[in-house]
Amino acid sequence: MKKIKYGTVIKHILLVTGAIIMLVPFVWMILTSFKTISEATQMNPFVIFPSEWRIDAFENVIRKMDFLKLYLNTFLMIAGRILCAVLTATMAGYAFARLKFKGKNFCFALVLFQMMVPTQIFIIPQYLMVSKIGMLNTLFSLLFPGLVTAFGTFLLKQNYMSLPKELEEAARLDGCNIGQTFLYVMMPLTKASMVALGIFTALFAYKDLMWPLIANTEQSTMTLAPALSKLQGQFSSNYPELMAASLIACLPMIILYLLFQKQFVEGIATSGGKL
Amino acid sequence: MQKSRLTRDWKECIWGWFFILPTMLGLIILNIIPIVQTIYQSFFKTGSFGRGNIFVGLENYKNLIEDSSVWQSLINTFKYAIVEVPLSIVIALVLAVMLNRKMRGRTFYRTIFFLPMVVAPAAVAMVWRWLFNSEFGLLNKLLNTVGIGEVNWLSDPKITVYVVAMVGVWSVIGYNMVLFLAGLQEIPRDFYEASEIDGANVFQQFFHITLPQISPTMFFVLVTRIIASFQVFDMILMMVDRSSPALPKTQSLVYLFYRYAFVENNKGYGSAIVVLLLVIIMIITVIQMIMQKKWVHYE
Repeated sequence: MKKIKYGTVIKHILLVTGAIIMLVPFVWMILTSFKTISEATQMNPFVIFPSEWRIDAFENVIRKMDFLKLYLNTFLMIAGRILCAVLTATMAGYAFARLKFKGKNFCFALVLFQMMVPTQIFIIPQYLMVSKIGMLNTLFSLLFPGLVTAFGTFLLKQNYMSLPKELEEAARLDGCNIGQTFLYVMMPLTKASMVALGIFTALFAYKDLMWPLIANTEQSTMTLAPALSKLQGQFSSNYPELMAASLIACLPMIILYLLFQKQFVEGIATSGGKL
Repeated sequence: MQKSRLTRDWKECIWGWFFILPTMLGLIILNIIPIVQTIYQSFFKTGSFGRGNIFVGLENYKNLIEDSSVWQSLINTFKYAIVEVPLSIVIALVLAVMLNRKMRGRTFYRTIFFLPMVVAPAAVAMVWRWLFNSEFGLLNKLLNTVGIGEVNWLSDPKITVYVVAMVGVWSVIGYNMVLFLAGLQEIPRDFYEASEIDGANVFQQFFHITLPQISPTMFFVLVTRIIASFQVFDMILMMVDRSSPALPKTQSLVYLFYRYAFVENNKGYGSAIVVLLLVIIMIITVIQMIMQKKWVHYE
């Protein structure tokens, strides 16, 4: 009995230490953003808290960056990509899982092939395409690489394959055509996978740096990630401001995560685990 | 009868193509054509904005082989992967095993470890850069108080790539852990109960039940992590200055690709680099597929 308790204590010590290491960057980001430059660059490491919680850094950084616009652009990019991904992947996933038609296996092989290739290989031609049709620096250019998703198609296909055949047969006997069967009977059953794909898509779009960095060089369509990298280039030593900016950039997603923690974690777990 | 069967098959065929059409069109335009174009482009020298392409045959590849910065960045990428992949997997697995049983604060811990997954690397890299700042960073200040002098975390060519890899570990632990937790849930409880009756201790259980049972998840995590670590880019771009003396010994293959293709506008050479990346990733993935027969236990 004593032995077990001993183990539990060690377990908690390890977990708490780990949790602290995970949190240090966030805590330091928050603390620094409320300090003055001279406070932030003090040599004494035990000056942890700002002497006064100043919001100067936030005010300065909001004046320099149009965060409302950045939020809006990022939101539109994420929402657009989720819509495209869920819509196209749901349809294709159903067809690949449940319908018989010529050319199916070949098409699905292309889907699998796309998943195995590093995404950087698409970037130069994608950039040239967008630039050729004159759509650089538009919202469309932000959506462009995410219009369809091989990964999502695969994820939804796996889900449709796991559904019982009887449901579909019953619907067909009741006189539904394939489109109705899909829309009213089958699709509602894959809600969890659709949410998982949505979360996965949102996180991926939100974190992506290379594509928005090259496809978007103008202020008017800038998103959060590239804006931060530009800010760092300009004010590389004003740490309170840099920390304030990253805090503002991270906060909405962190809040969403804390609110829908279960959906986030399960979404990632199912989308990862299904592969 | 025969006829209606035929029309039904035909209808299904039309519906099928209707459903996959958007995805297939997108896939062809966004992915299949670009792969061909990238390979094609790698045989050309590029003028600005894709105009004035000059066919140079294998010259880009010849330059690639002779370019020491390409080889160095390949070594850097390997170094990064060798630290990030095993460490993030081992730590995540240990955490997952600890959190698998019902316990106090389980959700709390899981929430915290997963937190780095929901922040943009661009933002978080900036914080790490600040923590690792050689003059005013928290880490060096702390080291200073115990009498250890300044460490140039992000400008010492010998260590920077490992520092970036550690940040990579930090940011991906939660993701791996969540996947492992999902895998652990699948292991039947009675396996453990039976082994307890046989007198197995925690470690024996881990090596003889947990590890073999979780090997399919492990395989998945391993494959995806290796591929992802070979594509490391954001962290390096954000954490290591252009002027840092450590950059040549830290920059990854993808970072080099980005610089050549989009900063120096040499799309042909950039394409050749990314084809090299494709070949390397393919080789590693094939090796893993072959190796998996030796250690992955499917039911």
